[in-house]
Amino acid sequence: MTRKRVHLAAHFPGVNNTTVWTDPRAGSQIDFASFAHLARTAERGGFDFFFLAEGLRLRELKGRIHDLDVVGRPESLTVLSALAAVTDRLGLAGTVNATFNEPYELARRLATLDHLSQGRAAWNVVTTSDAFTGENFRRGGFLDRADRYRRAAEFVRLSRELWDSWQPDAVVADPETGRFVREGGIGDVAHHGEHFSIEGRFTVPRSPQGHPVIIQAGDSDEGREFAASTADVIFSRHGTLDDGRAFYSDVKRRLARYGRRPRELKIMPAATFALGDTEEEAAENAAAIRRQQVGPQTAIAFLEQVWGRDMSAYDPDGPFPDVEPDLSEDLSQGRVPFGDRAAVAAKWRALAQEKGLTIRELVIEVTGRQTFVGTPQSVARQIDEHVQADAADGFILVPHLIPGGLDEFVERVVPLLRERGAVRTGYTGTTLREHLFDDESESEPS
Amino acid sequence: MTLHLAVALDGAGWHPAAWRELTAAPQAIFSPAYWAGLVTEAEQGLLDFVTIEDALGPQSTLTDGFDDRTDQVRGRFDAVLLAARLAPLTRYVGLVPTATTTHTEPFHVAVGIATLDHVSGGRAGWRPQVSPRAAEARHFGRREFPPLDRLLPQEGLNRPGGLDLSADPHVRDLFAEAADAVEVARRLWDSWEDDAVIRDAATGRFVDRDKLHPVDFAGSRFSVKGPSITPRPPQGQPVVTALAHARLPYEFAAACADVVYVTPHSAEQAHAIVTEIRALSADLKIFADLVVFLGEHAARRKARLDELDGAVFTSDAAIFTGTAGELADLLLEWQRAGVQGFRLRPGGLPHDLRQITRGLTAELRGRGSFRGAYESRTLRGLLGLPRPASRYAEAS
Ligand SMILES: Cc1cc2nc3c(=O)[nH]c(=O)nc-3n(C[C@H](O)[C@H](O)[C@H](O)COP(=O)(O)O)c2cc1C
Repeated sequence: MTRKRVHLAAHFPGVNNTTVWTDPRAGSQIDFASFAHLARTAERGGFDFFFLAEGLRLRELKGRIHDLDVVGRPESLTVLSALAAVTDRLGLAGTVNATFNEPYELARRLATLDHLSQGRAAWNVVTTSDAFTGENFRRGGFLDRADRYRRAAEFVRLSRELWDSWQPDAVVADPETGRFVREGGIGDVAHHGEHFSIEGRFTVPRSPQGHPVIIQAGDSDEGREFAASTADVIFSRHGTLDDGRAFYSDVKRRLARYGRRPRELKIMPAATFALGDTEEEAAENAAAIRRQQVGPQTAIAFLEQVWGRDMSAYDPDGPFPDVEPDLSEDLSQGRVPFGDRAAVAAKWRALAQEKGLTIRELVIEVTGRQTFVGTPQSVARQIDEHVQADAADGFILVPHLIPGGLDEFVERVVPLLRERGAVRTGYTGTTLREHLFDDESESEPS
Repeated sequence: MTLHLAVALDGAGWHPAAWRELTAAPQAIFSPAYWAGLVTEAEQGLLDFVTIEDALGPQSTLTDGFDDRTDQVRGRFDAVLLAARLAPLTRYVGLVPTATTTHTEPFHVAVGIATLDHVSGGRAGWRPQVSPRAAEARHFGRREFPPLDRLLPQEGLNRPGGLDLSADPHVRDLFAEAADAVEVARRLWDSWEDDAVIRDAATGRFVDRDKLHPVDFAGSRFSVKGPSITPRPPQGQPVVTALAHARLPYEFAAACADVVYVTPHSAEQAHAIVTEIRALSADLKIFADLVVFLGEHAARRKARLDELDGAVFTSDAAIFTGTAGELADLLLEWQRAGVQGFRLRPGGLPHDLRQITRGLTAELRGRGSFRGAYESRTLRGLLGLPRPASRYAEAS
């Protein structure tokens, strides 16, 4: 039996409490040097791609800008284009909203990035119907929640029509014959659909990948269906073994309906990690990072998001409060909501009671625990085992420190993954599609 | 007095047949290496900046609509992304992409230019451009525009000196929208004060939110709440530039831009345009655009290209053919008429660019009119523009 190869990607961490900015080693979140450092580290590790998230409005809590986490980031595709100049093989994936963009312009930008990186561009298609974010855009919050993925699917379809409208050999540039473009090499596009109605001609020659890689990150049934029909990669939140396996089989099962094989869609959950020379040291490091990630003010802020009321009077190092949540109020704007807040509150309170936890201890316990904790050997083994157990095809690693948060992983864990034969020993292709799909050793699950 | 020099990069150069010259590299136009070569050449010549052309539709010989010519360059990269790709390869030269204001989101454009300023360490500019064409509007399907040809005489937009469309209500509307887009961009760039990021571990606060400001812009075409998602760019506000041929765009440039490119065809016209613009703005930097074919045989080269293209090349800007020394004479004459810098559009690339960076700059330097070394790491620094304080800084 052949083994599945593990795919790895690097997430530049940003505006949530995963990123520890209080550490003395924490560098700039905006200087290009920080992005270049992380990207070069990922390339040294042979990672498939580098990933940037997006948020089109600064997050708010209680009507004010949330100031406890990193705030501010650059425009994704612009930074990725600059990174194309300082890397050679690494895929460059940017999150760009399908609600607040128009296909002609975004398809152009993605095709441009694919040319400028010689075949390394990827688009993480996210959707929103959020009127709060819409206040920064021409059309405001115009879209019904139910229509988000219909628009996204049509957006991607239309982008592909635009990318396909130039034949691969359209540009001949032959001074002898005087032909710059081949007769009939550039086709016209006419698309009249539910969300878009456009006619005309595209301006970018077909790019090295033809179609930049499509990533999807969204959890709803519609989101999964959209991914099954359209995406090359899913960025999921399901990093634990059980969760991961359930999600993996659910999504892979949906592929057949679209005539796609399981290996045509890679599932890559977000993953965090903490390393140590011994298991004990790794556990201590993990706990220390969690304490940095959940400072006293952050603990209260988490509580307020769930409880929907001002909790600033409570001592984060004191006992868990027994006030009821106010479900009529949602105090947070611009972030993915907590889901059923009443259930979350009940669960947190029960756990605090059972274990005798303070507010901060509880929040540390219930939010964002590292996916992988251990020695380099054990982390390499856990990652490989998750993939072989069909909990994932690989992971998008989210370091907690910028810019050096992946250095140790690449120096100590990647060589062990290579020894196990879990990852490539180097790049075998030049495009991101090749990194993702040229798996000689990978066999179809039968 | 030294003068400022920029070059306008586009495809294989500004002559539609330039790609057929022996010195051209037409196969490479869509490779990053080609552009890297051009921009490092510009930097070796100590030029102030390069501009990069762009549009939301392919090149065409028709005023509004696409032709089926196969003998001219078609296709372009997104200029902002191209500029960003070149930033890490250079250290001093300014990078000024074109980005359209008509169909784009002002918020995205502002954040993209701010990001270009971050990745280039303070060398970003922007040339906002309106898109009046019905054919481009159909690429978005959200607005219906009247066909542009109805406004134009036979020669179209390439008429010497450019066209005055100021009287047309549709065009006026587009310029008003462009002015709103620049206003929004400048507000967004200011919306983070310079010292907004405090990283105060004791209170757990990454930013001082009193130094982040909503921009609360409401215009007839769009409104933007703000603040920006991107910290204040290194230059505070990247340099805004505008091409202008007539009263309406002069007013747009005077109100919105730091640098204007104008298209006189003689020293007298240059003087008249400078006088008209100076009455609108004392601070605006005035550059003249010129299409240049340089070298001993420049006129013959241009004639041959005209023949290949089947038409005599015309342009909104004056067309110069001659040696670098002769061009230096002309630039200095126009400088005496009040022009502060030039944006040269090379007839053919890389040939005419090299003539500029190696020949023209040496000529001008010999006459004490061009720099011998870069004196600043930012584009504002090179242009002698001060770094603006955030408009919101005092209020807080
Ligand atoms: C792992 C992960 C990462 C995400 N990253 C972003 C992001 O960077 N920007 C964004 O606007 N939305 C992001 N989202 C949100 C999704 O795109 C989507 O809008 C959200 O999950 C709601 O869609 P759903 O109802 O399908 O879950 C992310 C979602 C997941 C699961």
